[in-house]
Amino acid sequence: MLASADQKRDQSPETAPFIRLRNVAKTFMRDGAEFKALTDASFDVGKGELVCLVGPSGCGKSTLLRILAGLLRADQGSTVSIGGPDVPFEPGRDVGIAFQQPLLLKWRRVLENVLLPAQILGLPRKASLERARDLLHLVGLSGAERKYPYELSGGMQQRVAIARALVHDPKLVLMDEPFGALDALTRERMNVELLRIWEKSGKTIVLVTHGIGEAVFLGQRVVVLTAGPARMAADIPIRLPARRTLELKTGEAFGAYSRQIYGLLGMS
Amino acid sequence: MRRRTLKVAGIAVLSHALAVLAWYVFVKLGNVPEFILPSPLATIETLADPRYDWWTNTAATAIEIFGGFLLATALGVLFALIFTWSSLGLALLMPLLVTFNMIPKVALGPLVIVWMSYGVVTNIVIAFTIAFFPILLTTLRGLRETEPELLELVRALRANRWQIFTRIQLPGALPYLFSGMKVGSVLAVAGAIVGEFIGSELGLGYLMLQVQVRLDTAGMMMAVLLISAIGIVLYGLVAALEALVVVRDARIG
Repeated sequence: MLASADQKRDQSPETAPFIRLRNVAKTFMRDGAEFKALTDASFDVGKGELVCLVGPSGCGKSTLLRILAGLLRADQGSTVSIGGPDVPFEPGRDVGIAFQQPLLLKWRRVLENVLLPAQILGLPRKASLERARDLLHLVGLSGAERKYPYELSGGMQQRVAIARALVHDPKLVLMDEPFGALDALTRERMNVELLRIWEKSGKTIVLVTHGIGEAVFLGQRVVVLTAGPARMAADIPIRLPARRTLELKTGEAFGAYSRQIYGLLGMS
Repeated sequence: MRRRTLKVAGIAVLSHALAVLAWYVFVKLGNVPEFILPSPLATIETLADPRYDWWTNTAATAIEIFGGFLLATALGVLFALIFTWSSLGLALLMPLLVTFNMIPKVALGPLVIVWMSYGVVTNIVIAFTIAFFPILLTTLRGLRETEPELLELVRALRANRWQIFTRIQLPGALPYLFSGMKVGSVLAVAGAIVGEFIGSELGLGYLMLQVQVRLDTAGMMMAVLLISAIGIVLYGLVAALEALVVVRDARIG
């Protein structure tokens, strides 16, 4: 493959990035007119990284997530590459998704809800069951296996949804506003939980949010997208201590990152 | 939970017993003539009279009601499926079915009898035509109720159409299907009786017309009670099946 100098600089010296996006754009036809939902997004996500996409409504962050999930095809001229020779990536098999709503099946108990992706993929039941139990333990819901979703609080339902996104051991986990429907305190608690889950599972996570604080707190990098026109404004590495606690949010470094992003979004 | 159910059932039995008692008191104290309203006792006594042939007539009506209802359920679900899978089918057939539903089914009765002659099968068809549409509509609504993001979630896993249907859409539509079946069960009873009124030689509706000529009000009352009993059994079976397969929180209506 002929790699341009530009591309070479983008790649870390040891390995190619897990996700490589170059000039990714998406145009929809809406009432006969072209509508650009996303233009010119270029960034990498390393294996095991947690990257947050942040921006206002209409900035194309959910569109980008759907492109990564294989649900949408990017425009001609976009480069979307996930995985590589050393990290094989099978679309469908290797993607786990969690949305803003838990979207649990009301008629299934918690354990069976977590098993859904494994069933769709036809994975062996016994191993999946064991994994589902481990994951429920990981998200702190060991006792809730036999409960129905309506018996759980919103935060607990979202934990089940996260366990479900992980049950088939996907290489890439995509989260679209996973805590957007929760109250502020539960949301902060879930942020800490997610970091713990991420550390334990070692997954590559791309998380979409419009909470700037949430993005800085969670992300190893924050990709800032702006609306009207929808385009990528910055890719900011967040150099905060590896072990992140909520106290960080009151610190100077955290504030500086947040101010920088507010500035990029024209909100300062 | 169990004690609560028993209590609710007990209260239901009590309210029915009170209604029968009120009926009895009203007839006795009001000196109501038997041909206007017979007492509960006089009504029950007709059961012992072999001339009514209760067993055969009740069986015939029950077959019509259950047959029409089952047919309406099967075809209602089938059409709802077709409409969910094929937008052409929906665009082509749905307007036609809506128009068809506007026709008062009672008005169709005489025509169906001309086409099919009278009998149990004809009345099954009439019961079916009335019960079919609400079952179709509610099931269709239920199948389309699936959250789009849930569909995205399973499509990202490359779920095929059959998996999406059996694991997501159908279980999600069950509460709607049952709500449609409950409405349909009531309508199927009405349909079967209408069929028997228009033309038949068997069934409780037919029997009512026969005994009406003789001003045999007790016989008519008993026929009405038996018709209602068939309806209650059907409704009860639907409700029991619902309790068995639908999770409490997911139930509607």
